[in-house]
Amino acid sequence: MRSVPLYAVGDRVRVRKAAPLGHVRTPYYIRGHSGVVERICGAFPNPEELAQQRDGLPAQPLYRVRFRQRDVWPGYRGGAADVLELEIFQHWIEP
Amino acid sequence: MKQAAGRYEPYSYFQLMEVSLRELLVEKGVVSEDAIAGAMAIMRARGPERGAAMVARAWLDPAYKARLLGDGSRAAEELGFEVPGLRLIVVENTPATHNAIVCTLCSCYPRILLGLPPEWYKSKPYRSRMVREPRKVLAEFGLKVPAKAQIRVHDSNADMRYMVLPMRPAGTEGWNEQRLAGLVSRDCLIGVAVPKIPKNPKPRKSR
Repeated sequence: MRSVPLYAVGDRVRVRKAAPLGHVRTPYYIRGHSGVVERICGAFPNPEELAQQRDGLPAQPLYRVRFRQRDVWPGYRGGAADVLELEIFQHWIEP
Repeated sequence: MKQAAGRYEPYSYFQLMEVSLRELLVEKGVVSEDAIAGAMAIMRARGPERGAAMVARAWLDPAYKARLLGDGSRAAEELGFEVPGLRLIVVENTPATHNAIVCTLCSCYPRILLGLPPEWYKSKPYRSRMVREPRKVLAEFGLKVPAKAQIRVHDSNADMRYMVLPMRPAGTEGWNEQRLAGLVSRDCLIGVAVPKIPKNPKPRKSR
């Protein structure tokens, strides 16, 4: 797993659609969706590893990703400009 | 947990786990009952005053506001608040954008600045609906966001914590920092309310 940021602010990224067992901090509802990197939050130990009593290293870059509500929820009843922002670890972003 | 007289509810799985772990730690001398009770008392006594103070300072000092939006944790420390381990992102409301915070996975919340989260923040309806139909949820809180304004919902799903910087209400010109901070409620800092001047302000003590 890479610990250097592979993506920059403004990049369009897609969240992996996967369903691993265990403690995962990527909500199910956002898996498979695409958004734009809003900021890079730094790098943090992988929570899936931490939950297994391991050190979670190398730390994974953590991105703030902005998704359009209308892309995430078909039939979203609100403004076209409405957005949803989440923290996505780099190992959850598809190459 | 509250129980009606004569009615016994068995512990849930997680309650039982918490009690077992706590009793083991006390029995082995790792922590004392007093230390646990003391820590809980401190947590329960904490309210949103620190967050409100940061907002009031930002309303009065544009340079502080810029630092607050740049690095929330450092800006908290600047006002003398110790925030070990907190990675705070402050998001700014404007006439064009309204921000609101939720944690869909659990109840992540900047407790050190806002106190314990309210029960509804931890409830499944809030957590699941806020990301999906924020306008409807905000309307239920009594907050109508103009159709033209953008809503940004922030899912506090990993290592960062979030706080909303609300807009300063009109009619507060000349107010000092303390008085301004009094307008900033917990709900304003979560983004389910906006600061308002009370309609019938209590008579202020002259000083």
